[in-house]
Amino acid sequence: MSDEFDKKIEAKADTIVDAGSVPSGSAPGIDYVPAHEKPDQELYHSHSWWTTYVFSQDAKYIGIQYAITAIGTGLIGLVLSWMMRLQLAFPGLGILEPSAYYQFITMHGMIMVIYLLTALFLGGFGNLLIPLMCGARDMAFPYLNMVSYWAFLLAVLILLSSFFVPGGPTGAGWTLYPPQAITSGTPGSSAGIVLMLISLCVFVAGFTMGGLNYIITMLQSRARGMTLMRLPLTCWGIFTATVLALLAFPALLVGCIMMTLDNLLGTSFFMPAMISMGEKLSYDGGSPLLFQHLFWFFGHPEVYIIALPAFGIISDLISVHARKNIFGYRMMVWAIVGIGALSFFVWAHHMYVSGMTPWFGYFFATTTLIIAVPTAIKVYNWVLTLWRGNIHLTLPMLFALAFIVTFVNGGLTGIFLGNVTVDVPLSDTYFVVAHFHMVMGIAPILVVFGAIYHWFPLITGRMLHEGIGRIHFWVTFLGSYAIYFPMHYQGFVGVPRRYFEIYDSPYITTSTLHLNVFITIAALIVGAAQLLFLFNLIYSARAGEKAEKNPWKANSLEWLTPEMPPGHGNFGKELPVVYRWAYDFNVPGADKDYIPQTVPPSEVRYAKVEKT
Amino acid sequence: MFPLIVAHIFVLIVIASVAFHFWSPWWWTPVASNWGGMDDTILLTFWVTGVVFIAVCLFMAYCIWRYRYQKDRKAEYKPEDKKLEFHLTWLTTLGVIVMLAPGLVVWHKYVTVPEDALNVEVVAYQWGWKYRLPGEDDILGKTEIKFINDENPFGLNLKDPNGKDDILVDSGDLHLQIDKPVKLLLRSLDVLHNFYVPQFRGKMDMVPGHVTYYWLTPIRTGDFEVLCAEFCGVGHYAMRGRVFVDEEKNYNQWLAQQITFEKMLAQNKIDNKSLKLVKNIE
Ligand code: HEM
Ligand SMILES: [Cu+2]
Ligand SMILES: [Cu+2]
Repeated sequence: MSDEFDKKIEAKADTIVDAGSVPSGSAPGIDYVPAHEKPDQELYHSHSWWTTYVFSQDAKYIGIQYAITAIGTGLIGLVLSWMMRLQLAFPGLGILEPSAYYQFITMHGMIMVIYLLTALFLGGFGNLLIPLMCGARDMAFPYLNMVSYWAFLLAVLILLSSFFVPGGPTGAGWTLYPPQAITSGTPGSSAGIVLMLISLCVFVAGFTMGGLNYIITMLQSRARGMTLMRLPLTCWGIFTATVLALLAFPALLVGCIMMTLDNLLGTSFFMPAMISMGEKLSYDGGSPLLFQHLFWFFGHPEVYIIALPAFGIISDLISVHARKNIFGYRMMVWAIVGIGALSFFVWAHHMYVSGMTPWFGYFFATTTLIIAVPTAIKVYNWVLTLWRGNIHLTLPMLFALAFIVTFVNGGLTGIFLGNVTVDVPLSDTYFVVAHFHMVMGIAPILVVFGAIYHWFPLITGRMLHEGIGRIHFWVTFLGSYAIYFPMHYQGFVGVPRRYFEIYDSPYITTSTLHLNVFITIAALIVGAAQLLFLFNLIYSARAGEKAEKNPWKANSLEWLTPEMPPGHGNFGKELPVVYRWAYDFNVPGADKDYIPQTVPPSEVRYAKVEKT
Repeated sequence: MFPLIVAHIFVLIVIASVAFHFWSPWWWTPVASNWGGMDDTILLTFWVTGVVFIAVCLFMAYCIWRYRYQKDRKAEYKPEDKKLEFHLTWLTTLGVIVMLAPGLVVWHKYVTVPEDALNVEVVAYQWGWKYRLPGEDDILGKTEIKFINDENPFGLNLKDPNGKDDILVDSGDLHLQIDKPVKLLLRSLDVLHNFYVPQFRGKMDMVPGHVTYYWLTPIRTGDFEVLCAEFCGVGHYAMRGRVFVDEEKNYNQWLAQQITFEKMLAQNKIDNKSLKLVKNIE
């Protein structure tokens, strides 16, 4: 068996070396690329409409399925946020009951973090871009990949079904802290919370199938010559995020299972002796803090599961649209990996005032602020990439610039909260709400938009409408900055988060309430702008201007497929051979301002490239 | 033209943010405890991070305009600059240390309770507050959830003699004496809560099954609102109480009006069930 396989490899490798490394009879020496280590992937070919578009095993379709499902769910999260904002600004109108308010923040938070952003970055962009950028025909395990999507859809449906069960969805807050999550003072503490926990378990199972695929594909199916250090940073971001997710989600999974047992079978993993509604409950001896540790051991890396793909994507957008190599590529890779590793040692910064032993504060404050260093380096490298570039202010570039502003802002307020002493007055106030929305809500969403404007032609063959796009950009960017920047100051005043109504209290001035009205109006305007974006997507997909091939003149492989949009198997008969990194822009001596990854050195003899 | 406009908008964002910071009416309430150090750490952090924010944004705005697309411009080709990266790294590390070190000093004070602090127990339940102070023996009696009943709403252990003279305050109002350090022992009867007075700055969750704590010294008299700062169910937003910081004389007056556990037991035996076990806010 193994003998036969080895022979196959040899035979294959021979033919490829002959065909690939000596293009048009030029020098074999400088164009040498090691042979493939494994045979070309045998693809599944669909024969019916159902297997092509619905039960698709093609990563590109699966990516789009993921993206549409995630964005659809995200829109529900957005609508919930309008209701919450209306309630906060106009408590007199009686728009929501307190229980509905708490159910909405919970569903909004969970939807945005898990079912929108995690699913979109990893499931959506991961599936779409990994095989294409690595130069692979598809994911390593296409069937598993398909199952991953259907598991995700099932998780979404279970989550949404909780709106229709008696008692409604859980109102425990997205952190689902016990004992409150499963006792009767919290809305949805019977059916709602169980559905939430089951949905999360299904999500984790589905994600694991997808996640293994992303990692193995990136490690095993790269094109000839595509060394790890030639991968676009988008791949590095998604890769590291996936590793984090595979290590972090199990903590969430066991937490969910244990809480389900506490709820349904009456075990006491997280439940101490307590009273609820005047009754002593039968629980005894469990620890609510144990859940918090499990939750945040997942929850903190989760922040980076969203942030790292965003970091990667934004690096590529900046480089392509500033026509300049990303500054300090190797440092960027190490920063991504370093941030990923460190992110497992900071989780308890969410628990400074949780009642855990206060001595942990020293350790976790130190590790948290250490993460600030590689993160800051990434920011420097983005702006240094702009320096002496040739900046096209295209829509993806505009979103990238806006990302930097919001990310720097949100990252710096993170230093406030990470510095344990400063966290004491600010934790659980609107400062926290403002901080995490800026850094893991707005900033990644801006990356999502930038990425969609950038890769839309790859998916549809058409450009998104520029004029509508600009309106969408300015309203979204300036609007969301106007929502969240002032909100920090409500936190300084001391307004606690998760408050259905703030009231006119002695500690606040009435003007704090007026600020709420302003924020709500801004939120509604930003929300409305997203309808414009949806319109743009639908309109441009049908009637948009036709895109030329490789419209942004990028170097990475996804733009170098024989057809655009790429067909089944991505790269036609021959897989691409890679000779350089994805960032050879404006190389001195080259006649064009970009050198795609597949151009062999012999074709650009006079370009003074640095070896990658 | 467009790059110029974009660059200006980015500069405007910086100016607006700084202006908002200095001139908007929203800022913290004057501190009423010894934790002014927390405010100082915030201010220090503001200076360091503010400089970084302004520098990054202005640098970006400059690049947008200065390196705007021109047909015959060639971007620089320079994959790395080891020296620059090194300098930026240590500079950042320095900035981090400048913020962290004073922060940890204040934190150390926060978790080190002075010997002479008065123990005051804060009991949280869905959705309200009550308090317990030690009697003459300066010791709080032991409690357990299972002892809670109509006659013994705080769940004191009847066998513990130290509990007899404990002073029970079964209302949302607590009085503290100015300039006297107190250690707040935080206990919850049901779910997580957090005893938070914005003017005191301090915070700590109350966790059922544990007794958590923090300490403070009130430094000015007044009447402050207690807010619950850890989500605890539908009544969370309405779970409020009051703290009065008094001069010694008024404080002692108030203290004298409170009843001890022993007295309460006796009273409850007489008109049984006059006290509700757990109050619900309607
Ligand atoms: C402009 C769009 C958005 C608006 C107007 C908005 C508004 C809100 C509001 C009003 C709350 C409740 C605050 C409270 O009472 O404590 C909230 C909570 C939250 N939001 Fe958003 N949000 C938006 C987008 C996002 C995005 C993109 C994310 C993704 C990370 C996100 C994640 C969260 C989370 C995790 C919570 C906390 C939920 C909880 O306290 O359990 N939001 N948001
Ligand atoms: Cu964290
Ligand atoms: Cu509460």
